Parts: sequence; structure tokens; C-alpha cells
Amino acid sequence: MDKRFVYMDYNATTPLREEVKAAMIEDFEVYANASSMHEAGRRAYARVDRARSHVASLIGAKTPAEIVFTSGGSESNNTVFNTMYDLGRQENGKFVTKGPRRKIITTAIEHPCVLNSAHRLADEGFPVVFLGVDDLGRIDISDLERELDPARSEGGPTLLVSVMTANNEIGTIQDMEAIAALAKAAGAYVHTDAVQAAGKIHVDASAWGVDYLTLSCHKIYGPKGIGALYVRKGAPILPLIRGGHQEAGIRAGTYNNQGILGFGLAAELALREQPDYESRLRGLRNRFRDAVLASVPDVRVNGHPTKVLPNTIDISFPGAEGEAILLSLDLEGIEVSTGSACASGSLEPSHVLMATGVGPQLAHGSIRFSMGKYTTEEDVAYVLEKLPPIIKRLRRMSTVPSTIEA
Amino acid sequence: MSDTNDAAFQWLYSPIVKEHFTNPKNVFDPDQGFEHDAEGIVGNIKCGDQMMFMLRIKDDVIVDVRWKTYGCASAIASTSMLSEVIKGMNIREAYTIKPADIAKSLGGLPENKIHCSVLGDKALRAAIDTYLEKRGRAGEFKGEDVVVICNCLNITDKDIEQAVKDGARNWDQLQAATKIGTVCGGCKGRAEELLHEYVHIFGS
Repeated sequence: MDKRFVYMDYNATTPLREEVKAAMIEDFEVYANASSMHEAGRRAYARVDRARSHVASLIGAKTPAEIVFTSGGSESNNTVFNTMYDLGRQENGKFVTKGPRRKIITTAIEHPCVLNSAHRLADEGFPVVFLGVDDLGRIDISDLERELDPARSEGGPTLLVSVMTANNEIGTIQDMEAIAALAKAAGAYVHTDAVQAAGKIHVDASAWGVDYLTLSCHKIYGPKGIGALYVRKGAPILPLIRGGHQEAGIRAGTYNNQGILGFGLAAELALREQPDYESRLRGLRNRFRDAVLASVPDVRVNGHPTKVLPNTIDISFPGAEGEAILLSLDLEGIEVSTGSACASGSLEPSHVLMATGVGPQLAHGSIRFSMGKYTTEEDVAYVLEKLPPIIKRLRRMSTVPSTIEA
Repeated sequence: MSDTNDAAFQWLYSPIVKEHFTNPKNVFDPDQGFEHDAEGIVGNIKCGDQMMFMLRIKDDVIVDVRWKTYGCASAIASTSMLSEVIKGMNIREAYTIKPADIAKSLGGLPENKIHCSVLGDKALRAAIDTYLEKRGRAGEFKGEDVVVICNCLNITDKDIEQAVKDGARNWDQLQAATKIGTVCGGCKGRAEELLHEYVHIFGS
């Protein structure tokens, strides 16, 4: 096949879709501050409000008022953890809030902004538990039950359970409904980072019963720099960014009109297209998986075989190193990501893959292919043509056998 | 609007690195085999790279070389370059080649990739050491390529390397083994870098 450009890194970010871009460009004419009381301001605010409804619908919020616009996923996650800090902190040796709830339960495979927020709470003296996952990337519900029970675990009653809906690297989907039910029964608040799940699988914050849910716009073909936090009506939330009275005082700062408008449209389209997207991408993904397994010997597909995002496939190629694979594919016009340490700037390979227990060799030799809305059969065929010889070449010059460790 | 001339757009590595990555020289071909007089292997998979050198030596001159690596583009390119540089070189001279020399021949490496290029010369030295040992000349070149790190106590990079080979894995253990940094402490930064580097190479 002729050389082509194949983007298979949709979990990193997605292209801005044309409809959204056009609507945003048109919206740049609207310069009024959406907080202004005059007509122009009210017009601008009406657009913000419409967008809020669409974002609310995408994730099954009961009312648009449960959506707070933020600058993105990291800010949303930080807002939740910062609220927990305020709820659980002590002043003059006494808890600021009633009851001694301080324990935080999260997982070892969260995005760094959750992990680092959790580590910060640990540094502040909060008991923090990072639940492990099985070899498919799922948490063990009985581990969660034990950690939620003060009689069977350390740290006292739990303040927050934070578990990502679906993982960005291996795509494994957690059972959020069961997790939320257990956490609620134990009196804890529940947060889920649904940045990778929204638009790809059915997301329903109300049905799941979570208190907080994180969203990012640029993963659903909208602009970067805009995201949202779902806050269930009645759940406590405190501002991370203080200032004016925007977003009911929860998030200060002049409205990002165009970002919000783009988010609203991207959410509306994502919700409408989600069922078709899921079935088409899952077919594409599974055919790609089968073809790789048939054309490259000794590979391991990471993550859950069925409870997995429809667009994500993470594969380890033992004997070949991930960064070398990534750059070889890059030279062919194929863009992917890797769990290798050599690509991360540290000496540690992917914390997600290591948590699944695959061992350093499989983690260093892993490649994440994340497909999307614009991925075609031809794109997949092109990758299937280029990938096997690259793996073969790197394995031939390798000191490490390509056999899979037990 | 074009950003293809921006430094940030340029291929992650220099054109020379790219050439040596895509067309590496002197790679061991399992189908052809390679008769050799010495072999050296260093590195550990936990850190993501491992390197092996095979040398054919005549009258102390490296007449041919093959290598294998499990590693990233930097590791592949720097080993390829090293293998070219040492052909026809006396083993005594080859013994003193430093990663910095190789990085320079490659037209530079990104800052965070330097540590990926430090295995080649170590594997080469390991191979030369094996060669010398087999001929009853063990340790003949030791001391020819040392750099003093701790001026107070005259502790060299080789002392640090040896301490790590003997099991030191952190600063306290290195200090216990060498007494490094116990006088003025001014060498701690550089010594810790070397410690990190050697643990990466020998700490499997």
C-alpha cells in the first residue's frame, strides 16, 4: 500500500470535528461576557446553558445544574480531591467536618492526576489505599469491600472511593454500578474518572449512583482546554479556583464561551453516535487483534478481552522494545503510544501494565493502538502490513528472547 | 502556516541517529552467525535495555564486530555507531571510549536519552575484559580510563562502578563501600548520577 498517515492515538487526544470547529468559529463573534447582565451577556449565557444540557445528557445527569465546567480532566479530578482534603482535614486537632471519615480508596491504575492528588492527601496524613488489579486490569470487588469495612482494614471509615470508569492504556472497564453501590452503603462518596469512557461506551452517572464524574472535551472530538465535573445534587463540592460567582461559585473565571459551546456540540453528537460508534469500533478493534495474533508470533493482548473500550487495544511484543517499535511505526506514518520507560522520560515502564503483573519485559514492549471515529478499514490494513516486519526486525537484533514470561 | 522547520517538529533524533536506527551497521544476523574471540553482555531488562558485543580480534586490533540489543532507538543507533568506530581500532584505545564520544559522533542525543546510550561502551569493555582474561592478561587496561569524582579521597568512576558491581544500590551503600562524599561532599551530585547509571547497567 502507498504510504499513508494513520493516527491511532485517539486515547491521547482526538481531532476537532468539522461541525464543532465551524460552530466554534461562528461563536467567536459572540464576545460578550456570559456573566454580564445586559442582553449580549444573556445571549452568551444562553449558549453556555444549552451546552450544559448536552453535556448533562451525555453522562446521564439528572439536571444540567449538576455539570460544572472546568479546564479539563485534571482540574475536575483535582477539584474532587481538594474538596476531600477540606472535608477530612483537621484544625487544632479536630475534624473540620462531623465524623472522622478520612480514608481514601483509589486504584493503582488511575491517571497520574488522580494518583498524584491521592499521594498529596497521603502526605497530609490521610489514610490512602491504592487497590490492585487482576491480570485483566479489574479491581477485585472483595478487596473494595474489605477496605470499606473499618473492622477488617486500617484507616477508619472511608471518605471517598475514586475508581476510573475505563483505563486509558489497556481500556479495561470497571463495574462502576457495583463499586458505587458498595461505597454508598459504607457511607463514602464515589468519584469516577470517565474521561476515556464518555462517548465510547454508555455512561450513566445517575444510574451508577456516583457523586462525582470527570469529563474532558478533547477526547470526544471537541477542543482542548475544556472539561467538566459532574457533581450529584447534594454532594459537597468546594472551589479549587476561587474568584467570581461563575458556576454557582464552584469554579471561578470568565466563561470559556467557545470552548463550552464546542463541548456542548461535541457531547450532543457523541451521545447520538455512541451506539453506532461502539459497534463499528469494536468490530474494527477485534478484527485488528485477530489479524495481529495471526501475523505476529508471541504477542500478548493486555487488558480485559470483553470488558474493554471498543477502540483500545494494548499489545506486548516481547523481545522488541516499545519506543523502538513506536518510532519505527512513526517513520511509516503510523502514530501510536507505548508503555515503555524509554518513552516516558523515567526508568519506570507503564504503572498500569506493571499493576496487572505482566512484568517489566512485557511492559517495556507494549504498544497501545487507540482507534477512533475516523479510523478506516484501509488504515487498519496498512498497520497490519507495516507492523509484522518491524517487530521481526527488532526481534532479530534483540538479546532478549521473544517468548512470553509465565 | 508551516511548523516543519521548527526544532520541535524535527525527528526526535538527529539525521545520523535516524540513519543508524533504520539501517544499523554490524548487527548480528542469526542466520549468518559470527565467529568471534570475545563476547560481553550488560544491562537489565527491568530497566528496558540490554546490550551484547561480539568481537573478532587479531594482534590486539578489532578486525570485526557484531552486536545485539534489546533497547530503544537511541540504544540501537549508539551501538551501531560504536561498532563502526571501533573497527580497526586497537583494543586498548577501544577500551577508553566514552558514551559522550558516541553521542557526539551521532550529532547529539536528547538530554533524557543519554542514559539509553551508556550500555554500548560497557558491553564493549566487558567483551575486551573477557578477551584479556582468556589470555591471562586480566586487568591490563584497568586504570586507563578513570575519572576522579571525589577529589578529597581520590575516588574514581571505576571505584563507583566496582562498588555497584559488588552490590551497592543506593547512596548509603555506595558511601559504605567507598567512603565517597564523606569529606567535603561536593561530588555528591555527579556521584549520584554515576550511581544511578551503573545501577541501571549492572543492577539486575
